Amino acid sequence: MTAKNIAIYINDKPYQVQPGQTIMQAADLLGFHIPRLCYHPKLSLEGACRVCIVEVEGMRNYVASCAFPVTEGMKIHTNTEEIRRARRDIVELILDNHPQDCHICERDSNCELQRLAHTMGMKKHHFSGDRKRYEKDVSSVSVVRDPEKCILCGRCVRMCSEIQKVHNLGYAHRGFKTVVIPAYDMPFKDSVCTACGQCINVCPTAAFVEKNYTQELFQVLGDSSKIKVAHFAPSVRAAIGEAFGMEPKNLEKELVAALRKLGFDYVFDTQFGADLTIMEEAHELLARISGKGKLPMITSCSSAWMKSLEQFHPDLIENVSSCKSPMSMMSAIVKTYFADKLQRNPADIVSVGIMCCTAKKYEASRPEIVPSTDIVVTTREIAWMIKSAGISFPNIPGESFDQIMGLSSGAGAIFGATGGVMEAALRTAYEMYTGETLENIEFTEIRGLKGIKEAQVVMNGKEIRVAVVHGLGNTAELLDRVRKDNKYHFIEVMGCPGGCVGGGGQPYAGLNAIPLDEDALRKRAEVLYSIDRVKTIRRSHENPHVQRLYKEFLGKPNSEKAHHLLHTHYHAKEPRGIIPDHPIVK
Amino acid sequence: MEQPGSDTHLHNRSHAIFGDMSFFSKQMRIALRNCGTIDPDSIDDYLQARGYEALAKVLTEMTPPAVIDEIKKSGLRGRGGAGFPTGFKWELTAREQNEEKFIICNADEGDPGAFMDRSAIEGDPHTVIEGMLIAGYAVGAQQGIVYIRAEYPLAVQRLERAIVAARAEGFLGENILGSSFSFDIEIRLGAGAFVCGEETALMHSIEGFRGMPRPRPPFPSVQGLFGKPTVINNVETWANIPVIILDGAEWFGSIGTEKSKGTKVFALAGMINNTGLVEVPMGTTLRDMIYDIGGGIPNGKKFKAIQTGGPSGGCLSEQYLDTKIDYDSLAQAGSIMGSGGMIVIDEDSCMVNIAKFFLEFTQNESCGKCTPCREGTKRMLEILVRITEGKGEQGDIEKLERLGTTIKKASLCGLGQSAPNPVLSTIKNFRVEYEEHIHQKKCRSNFCDYLLTYTVTDKCVGCTLCRRVCPSAAVTGTPKLRHEIDQMKCIKCGLCFKSCKFSAITKTSH
Repeated sequence: MTAKNIAIYINDKPYQVQPGQTIMQAADLLGFHIPRLCYHPKLSLEGACRVCIVEVEGMRNYVASCAFPVTEGMKIHTNTEEIRRARRDIVELILDNHPQDCHICERDSNCELQRLAHTMGMKKHHFSGDRKRYEKDVSSVSVVRDPEKCILCGRCVRMCSEIQKVHNLGYAHRGFKTVVIPAYDMPFKDSVCTACGQCINVCPTAAFVEKNYTQELFQVLGDSSKIKVAHFAPSVRAAIGEAFGMEPKNLEKELVAALRKLGFDYVFDTQFGADLTIMEEAHELLARISGKGKLPMITSCSSAWMKSLEQFHPDLIENVSSCKSPMSMMSAIVKTYFADKLQRNPADIVSVGIMCCTAKKYEASRPEIVPSTDIVVTTREIAWMIKSAGISFPNIPGESFDQIMGLSSGAGAIFGATGGVMEAALRTAYEMYTGETLENIEFTEIRGLKGIKEAQVVMNGKEIRVAVVHGLGNTAELLDRVRKDNKYHFIEVMGCPGGCVGGGGQPYAGLNAIPLDEDALRKRAEVLYSIDRVKTIRRSHENPHVQRLYKEFLGKPNSEKAHHLLHTHYHAKEPRGIIPDHPIVK
Repeated sequence: MEQPGSDTHLHNRSHAIFGDMSFFSKQMRIALRNCGTIDPDSIDDYLQARGYEALAKVLTEMTPPAVIDEIKKSGLRGRGGAGFPTGFKWELTAREQNEEKFIICNADEGDPGAFMDRSAIEGDPHTVIEGMLIAGYAVGAQQGIVYIRAEYPLAVQRLERAIVAARAEGFLGENILGSSFSFDIEIRLGAGAFVCGEETALMHSIEGFRGMPRPRPPFPSVQGLFGKPTVINNVETWANIPVIILDGAEWFGSIGTEKSKGTKVFALAGMINNTGLVEVPMGTTLRDMIYDIGGGIPNGKKFKAIQTGGPSGGCLSEQYLDTKIDYDSLAQAGSIMGSGGMIVIDEDSCMVNIAKFFLEFTQNESCGKCTPCREGTKRMLEILVRITEGKGEQGDIEKLERLGTTIKKASLCGLGQSAPNPVLSTIKNFRVEYEEHIHQKKCRSNFCDYLLTYTVTDKCVGCTLCRRVCPSAAVTGTPKLRHEIDQMKCIKCGLCFKSCKFSAITKTSH
């Protein structure tokens, strides 16, 4: 039921609005866009940047419209000369303590602060002076932190603690010297950062960016002695268009063509690796259900989750599937089976993962994973490379994947959306377990952006209970439930909100768009589901090329060779400063 | 029963003892009524001074709404600085339907040179406990927390002992004085961040987070500590509560001015003969404060300004001496009541430098959360430093005014909203000093080093000491002959001036 409207005035014009909203929410619905910076609809109210100030008649001070509720008869002014000037002063104060080097910045032309400065009509620096000086932290293979670019909007801090519940970031020092750092000012690589990259997604500037490997990749691409193999994740094809100003749509063929033009010798589909993962994972699940191993089984393909598991949930290591992620399986097969086919030394092959993810860079660096992916670049990085190399993407004639690892099922495509791995695994596990054909292969109850989703499947009269969770915060919540009272057989965990489509390496939100907007996540996921719908092969085990791989090379799923190449293991890694078995921890 | 207001009454005890001294005769001690006259570690002393009688009265004779009514009628306003009506604050919390509510005593006194709260707790800890108990009963809270800075070890110790004693006597704990009212108090230590005196930052700090304010609404009375309705008042406010209950709102309301009732404690400091804590009825003029209670300016110097309200208060010039000390008059004059700092400044002080000094403090203590306070105060300080170093430019005053106004009106919390006050008020009242600094490179108080010229006078005996200490080789001369300073080389460090044993070097601002 909606409450009775109240009357407010914005810039002297009367409007009827619902009570209980903030001035900003009401103004948004009425078609006013009050400038903002620290505000994010998914995060708690910070009220820190003071860019969204408005004048309210009768109030001595300006009011932060993001935090202040509308009241009956309120007279709001969003655009007077005075408020425009105050706002411009505030944005200028931010800019004056920010490096003035936009043209050499990662986020040039894609920066919220830059856009804000433009709309404020900044023409002159009135207050320039000292600037804070901090060193860049480049220790992590995934995330680079540049405190000098930080404008202290606190979105990363809130994202890391409220949504991801990793609590790696916090403020240190006071006043002008305030800085966002990990605990004890540890280098990022030693901190509890899970490399999920969500701080990058919400950062309005370049205070957080991914570790950039584009130069290394260009170098490799120019090396004719190497065989350059690319494989890209499902979500990359759905979102890369956004980096070129398009709505999410399937640009698989265009991307294959662009990668070939960039200089790759072979372009494979990580979805093939996804199908392979499902073969291994479904068999592992069935083995566990029949008593060999711990339940619930938890998926392992999200790399941020992998690090989170080892740091925060080491008690559940035995529950996690030993399967490598699709990317690592791809690289393993590329450097063995494919190398054999080419009759080339695996050392001559460079396997490049193009991922929606920053944590995949971390995964590739894990010593447990051999043979590894040599270079991992994000959707953003590859989009920039395509632009930089002068390839007119996406107006490029589409091309098809290279074969032996280019064919994939619909199940492999939906891996990129939360619930997709579960759905793909159930399609295969059901048919393997029962020997019957699954009639309705779309598990709609585990799709969508609800934090924790549940479903039941009856196989041979046995009820299999599954749960799907995305975002590390939701994951922690679900796992606490599982520890107390486990009722599940199988759990899918994705570290990022929305799954891989919302990964930390995806294109920045465009003009006036909100980072991590749920609508955008839904649209990207819908691209993947529509790929699935039109595929003739929609179950991983029906992928003929996967079948051929087993026949020619691996033997059976979970065979010794498969174990050797496609599986990994985890170690408890207590965060620094935490004493294992301390009563406070337990 | 003693008549309220009579000289023998408890709140005039110090008056009765020291009434013939001018320092005391104009004072009236309500909040500090017991300080110095009872043993703070003895609950018996407090009981003899009618301690916990007010608590007994509310528990046996008054309903919670009646207590709130009484406080509202008394006209008591928060003594922490903002002056929000206390009774109204309590009523907002009382109105909330919540099983858990909190009472907080804000003893995070951070103003440099101010020690009202410290003295009140050190001298009479039980009155704070009693005040909190009464509020707990009135709003339906069971838990009180005193947030006090760790730099006040004696106050903490005395408060701890008082809480233990009050528990032992049954004033704290379950079913207090046989009633159904239960209440207890905990102490939380602050680490000395100035911003933690701001109520939302204080609550964040109690909750275990970094002390940073959050936007209001929701106000603490509705959503405070751990999201529960919370009454938060300053030490001095709490100390007033028992007296209001005992002597009645009408009596309390008879003291002070129309909109500011009762008394206010000030930490009188600076260039004044009698420094220390003074408690005066609202409405006392600044002139009375400085010349009668304070005993005037030492060494026959001229009064120049008075800074009220702590580091974020304003500096008032001579023309405001007849301003009454109350919330509204001070605000009108361009300063604030604040929590009670009062610093007297004489003619030897440079007002630009004073403004710089206070801004340096607030800039340092800014929590760094909101842009105007974090970045803006830094820029203002840079401009002030420039001006005092003789590098002021045309337009600097206007820049300070523009920044100051934006910071005041756009900052998140009280710290930022008041941080520019010293600058804005000195520009308003002493603009000419700023102009002299900027345009004539002159500091009329001979205070700003960079604007001074050091010259050697005839007193010089040619001892060569100044020549030897000068780091920039600006002093030249042969032994036993008068030396000279090359103004082009002089870096105004003042070492020659300080080292000269014959007072032969003068510093002047041209």
